[in-house]
Amino acid sequence: MAEILVLVEQVDGEVKKVTLELLTLARSLGSPSAVWAGPGYSADAKARLAEYGADKVYVADSAEIADYVVAPKAELLAQLVGSAAPGAVLVAATAEGKEIAGRLAVKTGSGVITDAVGLGEGFVADQSIFGGGVNVHSRVTRGTPIVAVRPNSTAPVATAGAGAEEQVTVALSDSARAAKIVERVKQEKGARPELAEAAIVVSGGRGVGSAENFALIEKLADTLGAAVGASRAATDAGWYPHQFQVGQTGKTVSPQLYIAAGISGAIQHRAGMQTAKTIVAINKDSEAPIFELADYGIVGDLFKVVPQLTEEIEKRK
Amino acid sequence: MNIVVCVKQVPDTATERKLRSDDKTLDRDAADGVINELCEYAVEEALRVKEAHGGEVTVLTMGPSKATETIRKALAMGADKAVHLVDDALHGSDALATSYAMAQALKKIGFDLVILGSESTDARTGLLAAMLAERLGAPQLTLANKVELSGQSITIQRLTDYGYDKVESTLPAVVSVVEKINEPRYPSFKGIMAAKKKQVQTLGIADAEIDAAQVGLAGAWSEVVDFAAAPPRAAGTIVKDEGDGGSRAAEYLASKKFI
Repeated sequence: MAEILVLVEQVDGEVKKVTLELLTLARSLGSPSAVWAGPGYSADAKARLAEYGADKVYVADSAEIADYVVAPKAELLAQLVGSAAPGAVLVAATAEGKEIAGRLAVKTGSGVITDAVGLGEGFVADQSIFGGGVNVHSRVTRGTPIVAVRPNSTAPVATAGAGAEEQVTVALSDSARAAKIVERVKQEKGARPELAEAAIVVSGGRGVGSAENFALIEKLADTLGAAVGASRAATDAGWYPHQFQVGQTGKTVSPQLYIAAGISGAIQHRAGMQTAKTIVAINKDSEAPIFELADYGIVGDLFKVVPQLTEEIEKRK
Repeated sequence: MNIVVCVKQVPDTATERKLRSDDKTLDRDAADGVINELCEYAVEEALRVKEAHGGEVTVLTMGPSKATETIRKALAMGADKAVHLVDDALHGSDALATSYAMAQALKKIGFDLVILGSESTDARTGLLAAMLAERLGAPQLTLANKVELSGQSITIQRLTDYGYDKVESTLPAVVSVVEKINEPRYPSFKGIMAAKKKQVQTLGIADAEIDAAQVGLAGAWSEVVDFAAAPPRAAGTIVKDEGDGGSRAAEYLASKKFI
């Protein structure tokens, strides 16, 4: 069975959910090998990766790998592509994951597919393009397929892999050391999950009306353990920070459940959320295009519906 | 300071976008072409760097002849001159081929600073800046929401999931910018008139020493196997709030096991 490299995404040594999804996906295509890049590796991390199917765990945990932007991870993966000759390389389709994929593609003379929402036999990828209007099957035709897969594309399923650990040393080139990270600034985000990874996202739009009113959206999100998003109208108005914008020029999310409150559903927004599995919309305008996408829609005042929904969920807990 | 800002013409997202049935590439005639929105932020940032540190801003685009409209827009904003990489052989180039062709053009032009938008609204790969950095052997300063220069040093704030990283390097460097790094200026009437007289140099693949076998549809590293319009989502249940809308939504979420 072909070896499939999966680049591990981790925060302070904790393996992110998207990596478990990628391991699950890799298992359907071959034998998954997790690639740990940077400091923070531990026996717990290894156990987690093996639990979700990693037959091998390549460990390159020198601090240096995380000290520079993107290039060291691409060099590490290129080295492994050379030595292991894998069937494919999977990375998470985050902004940084895609950049790593891009550099790796250039280094190894390989094609790259971004934002896959599925991956099947022959490494044929499913993509959803033009704001969800067109479904595409695509594949890499030269080199080693490099595929950036969107978070939430596969449900993670635990199935033990052998978890054989192999230490890897990578000698970074001078050019990989060109862009140095001199400071990491962590901004408070509270206990909420990351927007791109969250299984549930609750977003507010123009109808929310003010920054203060976003408390309603946050409260509903917290009741569901969800991330908070915002439409461009809301971020442009300064009601919610720009990094939470869902849409064409913001984040693309693909959660199990997306709740849109006071969002009309313009193409700008749809491009960022149309691949959500279940969509619930609350809007007072029955003609709002968001209702065309909604699995469940409530035509009504979000200031009445959202608090009632929040309260009802609390009651049922 | 030689600043090159890369811009792309994309189909207007307000119109229906299509792939061509013959070669499965983007149908550039089906929709109006506009400057990619994030490229406007890149042009603005290039102009601000020039205003603060001096130098010249060159616009670089790769695209069919109608992409000159996008070049004129960037020139009207205040860029000094432009290079249009245009050749039928480039049609159908994927991200690898595009980055190769653009890197060749950039080597031809010469640069201290290359600035791009972090992604385009059509393909949305977000790959080009990282690929250019790799091909040019230049520091990758991408996803910037702040750029500061001091002599030959450059520092950016790189957006991350947890906040931002402060990243520094020396010039020359490749920078990509995110939305809201600045407020792009509108071209003034004077700017629009002046843009008509500014120099636009066209480069073909031979001029930029681009190997024809490495670009275009035949030279691509990936292919679209097939495509189809997304099936419409099954019609959902839409209810009018009669005072119990929130409760009914909760029931729906419970029926789907979300709560």
